[in-house]
Amino acid sequence: MIRFILLQNRQGKTRLAKYYIPLEESEKHKVEFEFRTHKVIYRRYAGLFFSLCVDITDNELAYLESIHLFVEILDHFFSNVCELDLVFNFHKVYLILDEFILAGELQETSKRAIIERMGELEKLE
Amino acid sequence: MNPFSSGTRLRDMIRAIRACKTAAEERAVVRKESAAIRAAVGESDNEYRHRNLAKLMFIHMLGYPTHFGQMECLKLIAASGFPEKRIGYLGLMLLLDERQEVLMLAALCSIRIIKKVPDLAENFMNPAASLLKEKHHGVLLTGLQLCTDLCKVSEEALEYFRKKCTESVVKALKDVANSPYAPEYDISGITDPFLHIRLLRFLRILGHGDADASDCMNDILAQVATKTESNKNAGNAILYECVETIMSIEDNSGLRVLAINILGRFLSNRDNNIRYVALNMLMRAITVDAQAVQRHRATILECVKDSDASIRKRALELLYLLVNESNVKSLTKELVEHLEVSEQEFKGDLTAKICSIIEKFSTEKIWYIDQMLKVLSEAGNFVKDEVWHALIVVISNASNLHGYTVRSLYKAVQTSGEQESLVRVAVWCIGEYGEMLVNSTGMLDIEEPITVTESDAVDVIEISLKNHTSDLTTRAMCLIALLKLSSRFPACSQRIKDIVVQNKGSLVLELQQRSIEFNSIIEKHQNIRSLLVERMPVLDEATYSGRRAGSLSATIPTSNGAAINLPNGVAKPTAPPLVDLLDLSSDDAPAPSSSGSGFLHDLLGVDLSPAPSQSGTSQAQKSGTDVLLDLLSIGTPPAQSSSFSSDILSTSQDNTTSSGNLQRLSSPSMPSAQISSAAGGSPIMDLLDGFAPNPATSDANGPVYPSVVAFESSSLKILFNFSKPPGNPQTTTIQATFTNKSPNTFTDFIFQAAVPKFLQLHLDPASSNTLPESGNGSITQDMRVTNSQHGKKSLVMRIRISYKVDSKDILEEGQINNFPRGL
Repeated sequence: MIRFILLQNRQGKTRLAKYYIPLEESEKHKVEFEFRTHKVIYRRYAGLFFSLCVDITDNELAYLESIHLFVEILDHFFSNVCELDLVFNFHKVYLILDEFILAGELQETSKRAIIERMGELEKLE
Repeated sequence: MNPFSSGTRLRDMIRAIRACKTAAEERAVVRKESAAIRAAVGESDNEYRHRNLAKLMFIHMLGYPTHFGQMECLKLIAASGFPEKRIGYLGLMLLLDERQEVLMLAALCSIRIIKKVPDLAENFMNPAASLLKEKHHGVLLTGLQLCTDLCKVSEEALEYFRKKCTESVVKALKDVANSPYAPEYDISGITDPFLHIRLLRFLRILGHGDADASDCMNDILAQVATKTESNKNAGNAILYECVETIMSIEDNSGLRVLAINILGRFLSNRDNNIRYVALNMLMRAITVDAQAVQRHRATILECVKDSDASIRKRALELLYLLVNESNVKSLTKELVEHLEVSEQEFKGDLTAKICSIIEKFSTEKIWYIDQMLKVLSEAGNFVKDEVWHALIVVISNASNLHGYTVRSLYKAVQTSGEQESLVRVAVWCIGEYGEMLVNSTGMLDIEEPITVTESDAVDVIEISLKNHTSDLTTRAMCLIALLKLSSRFPACSQRIKDIVVQNKGSLVLELQQRSIEFNSIIEKHQNIRSLLVERMPVLDEATYSGRRAGSLSATIPTSNGAAINLPNGVAKPTAPPLVDLLDLSSDDAPAPSSSGSGFLHDLLGVDLSPAPSQSGTSQAQKSGTDVLLDLLSIGTPPAQSSSFSSDILSTSQDNTTSSGNLQRLSSPSMPSAQISSAAGGSPIMDLLDGFAPNPATSDANGPVYPSVVAFESSSLKILFNFSKPPGNPQTTTIQATFTNKSPNTFTDFIFQAAVPKFLQLHLDPASSNTLPESGNGSITQDMRVTNSQHGKKSLVMRIRISYKVDSKDILEEGQINNFPRGL
């Protein structure tokens, strides 16, 4: 399962962080390449690093693919996403993430379904 | 109303924070905002609550404390509007964690429940199984995850799913694998790879350890393994999962070969990630089917040469596991060749692995030596000390290859003189086998003849000695090699002497000392030089490897050890004491001092810890050891000296004595006089040392130690005489003699002594308690000191003397540090 998700820019500033396991506040600030017994899968999109911390037995390639899918969804939603979109609309990014991943597991793999649901939520507001 | 689109203060805050140039500015902004929010919280401001919370979340993300907003989350959740609720839940997730009691209010999903309370698993089994029949991908996906987790926590659940669900999961996989293009779930031409992976993963759990279930899934696995497109990451992710499943279900050799071939294909993929996971996977596969992995050896070898550092590292580890007797030669050859072109940072790892392979699999010494020389020439600076130590041991044992080795080393040093450990091995070999280099002794068929003159050989060593990059060990080895060559090449003796003399002024104490000693040997002791610098006896491989493994008890007595232990004081001519210093044999005697340090240190005498003297070693050995010590530290004062210092060079008060000794060492008259006076086997000791043991007494009583003035004041003098009971080297009997220098008689004379913990002291009663005036008589008192750290620490003692003069109490105190060495 996914332990946490981090979006950081090249300066190391956290743009988005979601933890699916309880972590001490201090631990959150010192995550390394191999964290406890988990591994961190990361992928860089322009200046932004998407990191997933997953179990050691998990399929790295699959999570790499899921990062890509997440980015595609973001891209679709914000139409040509950039770092600033994520900064100013972090609450929406969280919404998308929640549609995509629940409690550390992928819950919906259809891009279209997520985008549709986001549209509904937008309408509500 | 929407807090985010109109009149956005959240947006303003983010802007303000982003506009901050320094961390201090940012802190100020955040502090201001936090204060405002806190004030709003205090006023229970409903209108802006969700906006404030959104700001808080942003502040939280920046790493500032936001605990004061926690209750606000709950209020928002309780609100009626959807946006408020939504933000409330988001805040709840982000701002709170499990430690906060409030989170107990929130619901945890069933996966979390079963992870925490495995007993509840059975309640979920049935509904979970029915989830697997769902068509909707999202439901199926999460249902699978729930089943997987159930299986992990409960054996019972695993059995249940195995029986009921294996077929339906296989069918689901078949459906999704064969499904036509589905735009909803399509990822680079593959329908929902995530579902594929979940299914495969669940099958893995079902199939693991169960032949029937494994059988059931063979076909679909084979289909997925062969049919999946492998030109995109998504396809490769499925293949990867499939391989993993094949590897962990029950044995099916056909499938396994298929799986390993997939990994082999991964290795030549352009994507680093894929090569990386393939290497990791092969590492695990090696335990299952080493043969199949072996087939991809060539590809793995290519990965060792990859441009990506972590791939190189993995590939090297994998390759290391693949090495066996049959492929070691070709693999080593490849790796050594690669060493030439590899990056600097990688050379350390690569060298360590190559050396380890060579040591582990070498069958012939010549191959071992050849490969090691190649490694040393390429990356000698990365080779660990024990590796070249081991090489020297091997060379020493390969008597038929001495000539070949020294000639190869000579050639290698010409081209790779910058590799320190190569230079060390070469210097050592030239020192030992120099004449073979010059005379082309023991020529092998494969060798090309070379002509090396004696002076060429000395050149090599001189260059290494003078090379500014050479460190102390190398230089010390050079000096020893020169000493040896001075005897092997008499024609070069004068030149060698000149080189040695230049080092007499070295700022490094060790080199200076060595140079002075060696110069003295070359200059004045031609008659014994050849004995001193004889070739080292063959180094004992068992002892060495034993020590390398860290077993300090491996003190295997060798023939050399036996030679030293000859009784009766005549050192066997083949193993004169000095040679002991230069070779290993002094180590073979039970030697507490040498156990910790590498044998080459002993060999060089670099560590100056006192040489051992143990029970049963004869007096000659004993005094021989003393000679060695004396040789190492020039300043052993003569017997009659009133003070004894272990390190005269650093003790200023002894300056006169030490310079006296230095003169003595360099003045020719003194040693020769000693030679003529001493008998039999002792000239070596005598001429190297100022004090000659008295042959008559020493033969009878064990080693003789000089008496010392332990204490002297204006009124009192204490003299210590030492003797050792035979057969117990740890114990020393000291006879103290007290003399009164004052004109008054001392009464109630009491002598007390104290020693540190590693010593034991026993005081016998004194001969009297009255000490007559002006030296008209003396008191004697015996004591026995047992030194538990014998050979490591020397004696030390605090004393206190009380007596009465004209019924007036007088107290004198002192510390005795000048005990002779070796007590």
